[in-house]
Amino acid sequence: MRAWSIAKRIMTEMLRDKRTLALMFVAPIIIITMLNVVFSSNATTNVNIGAVSVSQTMRDDLGDIKHVSISQYRSKTAAKKALKDDKIDSIIQKTDDGYSVTYANTDASKTTAVKMALKTAMTTSTMTTMKDKLKTASTALAKIQSQLPAAARQKMASQSTGSNQSVSAPQISNHYVYGDSDTGFFDKILPILLGFFVFFFVFLISGMALLKERTSGTLDRLLATPVKRSDIVFGYMISYGILAVFQTLVIISATIWLLGIDIVGNVFNLIVINLLLALVALAFGILVSTFARSEFQMVQFIPLIVVPQVFFSGIIPLDTMANWVKAISYIIPIKYSGDASTAIIMRGTTLTGLGLDIGILLIFLVVLTGLNIVGLRRYRKV
Amino acid sequence: MTTKIVSLAHLVKKFGKQTVLQDVNLDVATGQIVGLIGPSGAGKSTVIKTTLGMEVADGGSATVFGETMPNRKLLSRIGYMAQTDALYDALTGRENLQFYGRMKGLSQSDLTSEIDHVATVVDLTADLDKRTSGYSGGMNRRLSLAIALLGQPELLILDEPTVGIDPALRRSIWAELGRIRDEGRAILITTHVMDEAELVDEVALLLGGKVMAFDAPAALKAEYQVDTIEEVFLKAEGEL
Repeated sequence: MRAWSIAKRIMTEMLRDKRTLALMFVAPIIIITMLNVVFSSNATTNVNIGAVSVSQTMRDDLGDIKHVSISQYRSKTAAKKALKDDKIDSIIQKTDDGYSVTYANTDASKTTAVKMALKTAMTTSTMTTMKDKLKTASTALAKIQSQLPAAARQKMASQSTGSNQSVSAPQISNHYVYGDSDTGFFDKILPILLGFFVFFFVFLISGMALLKERTSGTLDRLLATPVKRSDIVFGYMISYGILAVFQTLVIISATIWLLGIDIVGNVFNLIVINLLLALVALAFGILVSTFARSEFQMVQFIPLIVVPQVFFSGIIPLDTMANWVKAISYIIPIKYSGDASTAIIMRGTTLTGLGLDIGILLIFLVVLTGLNIVGLRRYRKV
Repeated sequence: MTTKIVSLAHLVKKFGKQTVLQDVNLDVATGQIVGLIGPSGAGKSTVIKTTLGMEVADGGSATVFGETMPNRKLLSRIGYMAQTDALYDALTGRENLQFYGRMKGLSQSDLTSEIDHVATVVDLTADLDKRTSGYSGGMNRRLSLAIALLGQPELLILDEPTVGIDPALRRSIWAELGRIRDEGRAILITTHVMDEAELVDEVALLLGGKVMAFDAPAALKAEYQVDTIEEVFLKAEGEL
């Protein structure tokens, strides 16, 4: 059981490296908590609108909209100055045939919010006008009705009762399959982040560890014993697999207890997916470390290997990308683990329902592990 | 009766276009210490790596225990000490010995007594449970030697074993190497220290990828008509 002895040695070394341990377990929790705060507060955009010669009703309608505050300016020049001083986000000016709107446009989401607000306010005011007109019409109608003969009046009243009731606005009641009304962007990226942390740390630390074995000469010395090349790779897989399971457990516990994220599926399934991803990351790390001569060169692989994982993982929606860009995502391991974790966390899918994702991760794992075992031939020819 | 344990015949090794070993002939028999001396860059480490099977010869043959290298299984009968100490510095001396012992395939029961024995040889018994990150350079070297001695291998390949070891301990290590030789085991050793080259049974002088001379120290001194191996070395280098 040489592989097991190697795994035991790696774990002993890891447990004694307190800094790295802290990095692996504490850093993800801090980052996840920060992201939660950042994305939750970002969900609402508050805008200030400056109004120039806009009617009182319109201003009231605008002010009634959530997250919109309105202030009135005497002239366009005063409003423009406020806009320049970043006191307001846009100016709405009444012109002869409508409204002229100037946007600061330094924040696209604020511009959109103002456009929406204006649209809503205009609909409201149109509705109010229509209501007023309807009222006038119905008053006129009532007047005419009272002048009609009694028999016709009764007939008309029975006909109109139905239509009178349907005037009141329909009630909308919301039901959420996953989470609640507070569910936002953070909930969407969490399953992917979970995989990303495991991938990043296992990739970097295992790559560094094997690199260190090479530069310190321990790999040569190890290979001067009758150990099989596969024993070395499996030893790394066992130890880093165990580490990844613990890391996943810590991050999941933190998201459940600290952030109150709802996990519909089985936590065990999540661990299986992350374990698989960790082994793929390990295989990547070991493979890449053979191309690096120093720790610094290993770090240089982060923008090349790790950063694209983030772009194509699904954090940024892939549906709208060009087809060739989408094609890249098919060779990104985190995409598959992200899809699988999302399904488990949000829809409670079981492992049997994730055959494709698991299958592709397994293919990654087998191919890369094979390459690594063969690649170690560089250091011993048998 | 002596048998050849290591036999290198007309060994050629190239790295890309550069020929490191041109024609290396070297034998190590049971009960023999063979010293390999030569300037740095002469190819001493390449000879050792080929003997271990880390590299494959491009020409000639390298056989160990009568079998052509590379051969993974034979490695359990070879004790190897590299130029670098190759220790895990997060582990204690004992843990390093245990790990390499298991890699060599020693059983748990043998391991405990073996560790006690090799630690005594290199005088590290008192420091065995300290982490090697706190070891001095000499202590690292001694632990590295102890690892090579684990499991009483029939062949010891030692690359510069006594660098950074103080004279008293060096003497005791050579005494141990002598004892190993007398048991009928074989030792191939590279060294920079010329007075150590006097202590071996046969010296191979490696210059420019060739073994220029291979004989007992006394015979070499007579051949070159000088008093020390150091002078043999300088003279041979001058002739090249």
